[in-house]
Amino acid sequence: MSEAASAHHRTDLAHHFESYEQQKQSSLLGMWVFLAQEIMFFAGLFVCYVVYRHMHPAAFAFGSQHLDWRLGALNTGVLILSSFTMVVAVVGAQTGRRKMIVCGLILTLLFGAVFLGVKVVEYGAKWQHHLVPGPHFEWHGDPAAGRAVQMFFAMYFVMTGMHALHMVVGMGIMLVMIPLAWGGRWTRENHNFVEGFGLYWHFVDLVWIFLFPFLYLLGLAGSGVHG
Amino acid sequence: MAADHRSQGIAILYLLSVTVFFSIGGLYATLIRLELLTPKGDLFQPDTYNRLFTMHGVMMIFFFLIPAVPAVIGNFILPLMLGAKDVAFPKLNLASWYLYMIGATFTLYSLVHGGVDTGWTFYTPLSTTHSNTYTTATALGIFVNGFSGIFTGVNFIVTIHRMRAPGLTWFRLPLFVWASYATSLIQVLATPVLAITLVLLFLERTFGIGFFNPAVGGDPILFQHLFWFYSHPAVYIMILPSLGVISEIIAAFTRKPIFGYKFVAFSSIAIAVFGFLVWGHHMFVSGESPYAAMVFSALTMLVAVPSAVKVFNWMATLYRGSIEYSTPMFYALGFIGLFVIGGLTGLMLGTLGIDIHVHDTYFVVAHFHYIMVGGALMAYLWALHFWWPKITGRLYSGFWSHLSALLVFVGFNLTFFPQFILGYLGMPRRYHAYPPEFQVLHVLSTAGASVLALGYIVPLIYFLWSLKYGAYAGRNPWGAVGLEWETTSPPPVHNFEVMPTVDHEAYEHRVPPVAEQEPYRVVKYGL
Repeated sequence: MSEAASAHHRTDLAHHFESYEQQKQSSLLGMWVFLAQEIMFFAGLFVCYVVYRHMHPAAFAFGSQHLDWRLGALNTGVLILSSFTMVVAVVGAQTGRRKMIVCGLILTLLFGAVFLGVKVVEYGAKWQHHLVPGPHFEWHGDPAAGRAVQMFFAMYFVMTGMHALHMVVGMGIMLVMIPLAWGGRWTRENHNFVEGFGLYWHFVDLVWIFLFPFLYLLGLAGSGVHG
Repeated sequence: MAADHRSQGIAILYLLSVTVFFSIGGLYATLIRLELLTPKGDLFQPDTYNRLFTMHGVMMIFFFLIPAVPAVIGNFILPLMLGAKDVAFPKLNLASWYLYMIGATFTLYSLVHGGVDTGWTFYTPLSTTHSNTYTTATALGIFVNGFSGIFTGVNFIVTIHRMRAPGLTWFRLPLFVWASYATSLIQVLATPVLAITLVLLFLERTFGIGFFNPAVGGDPILFQHLFWFYSHPAVYIMILPSLGVISEIIAAFTRKPIFGYKFVAFSSIAIAVFGFLVWGHHMFVSGESPYAAMVFSALTMLVAVPSAVKVFNWMATLYRGSIEYSTPMFYALGFIGLFVIGGLTGLMLGTLGIDIHVHDTYFVVAHFHYIMVGGALMAYLWALHFWWPKITGRLYSGFWSHLSALLVFVGFNLTFFPQFILGYLGMPRRYHAYPPEFQVLHVLSTAGASVLALGYIVPLIYFLWSLKYGAYAGRNPWGAVGLEWETTSPPPVHNFEVMPTVDHEAYEHRVPPVAEQEPYRVVKYGL
């Protein structure tokens, strides 16, 4: 390694670490532990959903039918593709290919934007059909069923909303990462941030993989509720 | 100092902040005990009294007990014990403190405007519909504070895994490290559940979406399940680090390795794991099915076993040890007794038949104060007394510290033992008025609280005094074993001049243990 290169790399190593290896392993372990925390965060919501679905099966099936599973499936595909492009960015970082990082991040960002756009369309449709919980909610039928359907949509908005919030945060971070990557911030020796962020993005994708069947697919068999 | 992200500095920041919030919580406790001197509710309106005990609980639990030992002692001592220069993520560590202060600000804002009246447990539907107070602000404060704890937990887990000195294998680690590891696991896995529960509470309160409102298809008991799923492991966050501290002090002042090291190490992990399985014992009278209640009761019996393992091992360590009655040792011996009482009464509460009788009475209040004050708080004080020379480089007065330990022990028992009797006789908790026949016990309790308060004020004085006038401590005033005692007092910027290598087991006293200078006893004159 040349003198100039090693001088550059010395600034990369935080002062409390003994080696790059220790720094890298620490960064990645930290991200995994953080993701364990995120799993527990979403787990609380899934528990609520499961409990209320158990309590109001017909209403939840009805609510699920009022979601457009094709848009949901499209979004699922979009997120999976975005995870692929994220991997491209990480591989670019691992092999020291600056342009690959940038391309991967830009594509991931674009796919994320598509996802959010579809969500906006879906949320808008719910608003138009008076299915958003709160004062705007309308139900013409059995009041008890109406309350349960409102609960379904409450869970729908909170769960997808919380997921979307995590996506927006991720996209914001990517906006910052793209110019940094272009400027050569990450190298083959030190690219922990990109790898760690990749883990985060895959996690966000994984949450959606669970949300999609729970919310969109469970009611497709038919429902006994009419509204 | 607020921009410096060395863990030593952050520990001091936390020390100052937790002391302030402890004082606020203590002020509320004073007001509660003053009200309870007389059977009639004559000092405060009932609604005000509700706010007093709520804010007392919120301040003490979230802003004192949960951060105290991990963030104050852990931040300073953990890297030293590991032979590391700092924790794994120093900037995240500083962010933890900032989040803690932001959370405290929201809560103080609520406090200044009258506070919350729901009890620290925030049960719905009171907290979502009927409470007219600053529930949202307090919930937000606790939410932000929760992330402070989560980040500290992440930091400690990674630090323990990745930053141990060469030769420091897992089974050579001091038991405080094992306890901190178990605590961090709980912080990382349990706190997010509280976070999402508070989010749902906020949404319900703000947008009227009825997650916990039966009128809209919701279930208030679901709130209790979610809340206690966090809050039971939370009590282990509060006690586990203290249990680690006790192991350190007993090893130091018996001049012996802790008996059954591996059992004690694994017991911390076992408490963390089992602690997640017993939350239903807070809900025996909430309409839980008898089958669920029986399972939770059985698991509650199980979770006591690892705690008992620790106590037995400490006793075995004391046996034939070369015991020195230093101030930390005073606290430790007091701790064991109080922790046993607290634990046994916990088992009583976990017994279905007894719980029906004493649930929501002062029996419960006494139980958890025995563990949280007699256990966790005393161990925190003990930890401060033990590591103060290392952190500040100064010694404090032996006479006054022994005296304050005595005041704390006597005051504590006088305050809380009558409460067991009160609860058993039927005095409900969270009531500010009571039948006249309970007054004697309440008066004893309040008298005890005054003594206890004195026991907390005295250390404040001699600790501050020691900063200016205390004798210099030297590297190892207690003659204890551990990496933290091999560096200077206070430690240099990167904790060690030369990074250590470890070639001996935990607590292995080399022959003979040599104290660098006479411990604090020489500095007992002058005050």
